[in-house]
Amino acid sequence: MVSHDILIVGGGLAGLAAALTADPKLNVAVLSKVHPIRSHSVAAQGGINAALANHPNAKDDTWEKHAFDTIKGSDYLADQDAAELMCQLAIPTMYELDHWGVPFSRFPGGVIAQRPFGGAGYPRTCYAADRTGQVLLHTLYEQCIRKNVTIYDEIVVTNIVVRDGRCVGLVAYDLATGEIRPFAAKAVIFGTGGYGRIYKLSTNAYINFGSGIGMAYRAGIPLKDLEFVQFHPTALYGKNILITEAARGEGGYLVNNKGRRFMEDYAPTAMELAPRDIVARSITTEILKGNGFENAYVHLDLRHLGREKIEKRLPGIQEICINFSGIDPADTPIPIQPAQHYSMGGIDVDKNCASLVKGFYAAGECACVSVHGANRLGGNSLLDAIVFGKIAGVSASKFINEGGFAGPRDAEITAEAKTLTDQFESIRKRDKGHNVYQLLNDLKILMGDKAGIFRDGKQLQEGLDGLSGLKEASRDSYIYGSCTRFCQEFVTLIEFKYMTDLAETILLGGLKRTETRGSHFRTDFPKRDDDNWLKHTLASYSDKGPVLSYREVNVDKYKPQERKY
Amino acid sequence: MSTTFKILRFDPPKDEHPHFQEYIHTPIPGDTMLEVLKEIRDQQDPSISFRYSCREAVCGSCALTINGTICLACKTQFEALKTDVVVIEPLPNLEIIKDLIVDFKPFWDAYNFIQPYLQPEGQAVPEKGHCVEEKDMEKVFQFITCILCGSCYAACPVATRDGRYLGPAALAKLYRFAIDPRDKRPWSALARVDNPTGVWGCDTVFRCNDVCPKEVRPADGIEGLRRKLVVDRTKHLFGRKK
Repeated sequence: MVSHDILIVGGGLAGLAAALTADPKLNVAVLSKVHPIRSHSVAAQGGINAALANHPNAKDDTWEKHAFDTIKGSDYLADQDAAELMCQLAIPTMYELDHWGVPFSRFPGGVIAQRPFGGAGYPRTCYAADRTGQVLLHTLYEQCIRKNVTIYDEIVVTNIVVRDGRCVGLVAYDLATGEIRPFAAKAVIFGTGGYGRIYKLSTNAYINFGSGIGMAYRAGIPLKDLEFVQFHPTALYGKNILITEAARGEGGYLVNNKGRRFMEDYAPTAMELAPRDIVARSITTEILKGNGFENAYVHLDLRHLGREKIEKRLPGIQEICINFSGIDPADTPIPIQPAQHYSMGGIDVDKNCASLVKGFYAAGECACVSVHGANRLGGNSLLDAIVFGKIAGVSASKFINEGGFAGPRDAEITAEAKTLTDQFESIRKRDKGHNVYQLLNDLKILMGDKAGIFRDGKQLQEGLDGLSGLKEASRDSYIYGSCTRFCQEFVTLIEFKYMTDLAETILLGGLKRTETRGSHFRTDFPKRDDDNWLKHTLASYSDKGPVLSYREVNVDKYKPQERKY
Repeated sequence: MSTTFKILRFDPPKDEHPHFQEYIHTPIPGDTMLEVLKEIRDQQDPSISFRYSCREAVCGSCALTINGTICLACKTQFEALKTDVVVIEPLPNLEIIKDLIVDFKPFWDAYNFIQPYLQPEGQAVPEKGHCVEEKDMEKVFQFITCILCGSCYAACPVATRDGRYLGPAALAKLYRFAIDPRDKRPWSALARVDNPTGVWGCDTVFRCNDVCPKEVRPADGIEGLRRKLVVDRTKHLFGRKK
């Protein structure tokens, strides 16, 4: 059996950052369902925040101000000590990334360039044109080559094996061989990303089903704040491809069918650079009021920036618009609508990325520390993934070096792999039942309809009712044909179970939270309610569905105030 | 419009030889070829295997041969093909693992060989980062848009006849580091490609430039390396460079 000290699941920024900081004396490996550079981190565009104070208008920026903006942006649901830690570490992390080879854009004088982003008091988003995720992920992968990190790609992890409250290994489906294999480890780190693709309209890669979050849930680790789902204001109409917030950071306007910059009605000071929850709701409101185009989208107008600036600062956006919409943003406004983009909630971990299960750690979008609270600021997700990925690598190493791990449990991990193999075999023997792709499509529509930008109690309850029907139907889903290798249908079937878990947690958490905070907007409870709801939702798995409990938010320096932009 | 899609199928060792399987499908207007493939798989035959991830031409997963042209499926509009028979095959120059999925091992071996990571002076991170003017950093921007999709390697006639040739993507990647103002790699690191399996293997027919979906123009990198090697070799011989 393959056995390592630390197994890292996910080859995106969080996973690779963890691999790079793990104790080099330990035997570390990364498992990823795609080659690491195919991970969704590669698609991030606009930038990564750090209070470097390089911009002429940001000379007095500090990490404390970055922390305040993050906390205010979170609608005060972020744990303030965690947000402070992230923002403080952001500064040395940028210099380290530069030293590792990230080709950041520069200001005169040779320092790292920074641009304005939504919800931020200063221009503090570092970038490489609008391909920041790509250069970060490629650079971290390059460093993994330099450090000879073992990488198993095209391995789909399906289960976490826990014995006596300790994580002892994993079970995974090997796409190339078609085998279900056991993997033993003294510690496991998840950097498995978000669940965007349980929504019909999502900016996420096709592979983002969030199954890692579901696996942790089934392994007994609570999920935190899953009802907070970020909808990005500007996704390309029709294709839902992300159009970076940097387009507005560089000066782009949002315009309705009357030709008006409508953000002045919603956020008169920050305008287009208000936080994402506010801008996404404003756009949706305009469309519902009949001020959209074809009752479906508004315009993101970049024409006044001029062709030169667009080609230099936003070349990726220009390329996307030309390829996928047939328009050049230097000549034509971009049709945009909001789409699911990010999960603020996730696997419940502390500042050290440690969970309830000993030896199990999580970082990045799959985890919830929580630094983003009820709404994440643009430019903070790449930062979260790298900073907490690094912390997870250190924490897991420390755990092993201090001898906290369980003894070998090879037989038990093998037995779990055997159980899944048998299940695969029995599913393959079925000759009729539900098509899992059809069920998945139904789930995506349900989530968009019932747990979208605007929610109410009736809708959320309808969502839960509809979901139980889908869960029931999925019990007899079957596999067409006889393929065993690269059987994407089998992968989808396994992931679908986890997706329904996440959907249920989002819907139930949202139903119970009878207030409006950040991305969670209840039309039947349109006000924030700090007296009753300044707390995290925790959902634990049980046979009968999620069991909810609540935990106080760590409020330190910054007392909750009304969010005005 | 109802269209015939001929998709290459191969599942070794179950199948002895690759074969084409035909599917009749009517794409939705605006569909990319990746969307078409997913529709056929989801609605007609879930056993078809192909790679994908981002669907926005940045992850490099879905490079294929469509009607004889190497391209990213996600970036190729079905309507632009203007044909009622579409032939979909895997990338050439790489061994088929299953259906449209090929083994990238030679591609990654070449990538690893060129030491694809920045080699700055000293181990310690400079206190305020490296000081680099934008005009110097901009020189690498052409090459950092590479998504390592393998299109250029698959199109390269030299790679077809000599499996030891490093190929366009790896060599362009090396050039990206060689011109990075922060990189201080020794002469010996560049000299690794100063041979016929490296930069001197290129036939300069520029198929790589033609097929690159990100307009990297990898052959520019190979030519740049050749120039640099000639100049540096002279300096090296006269002991002016380490």
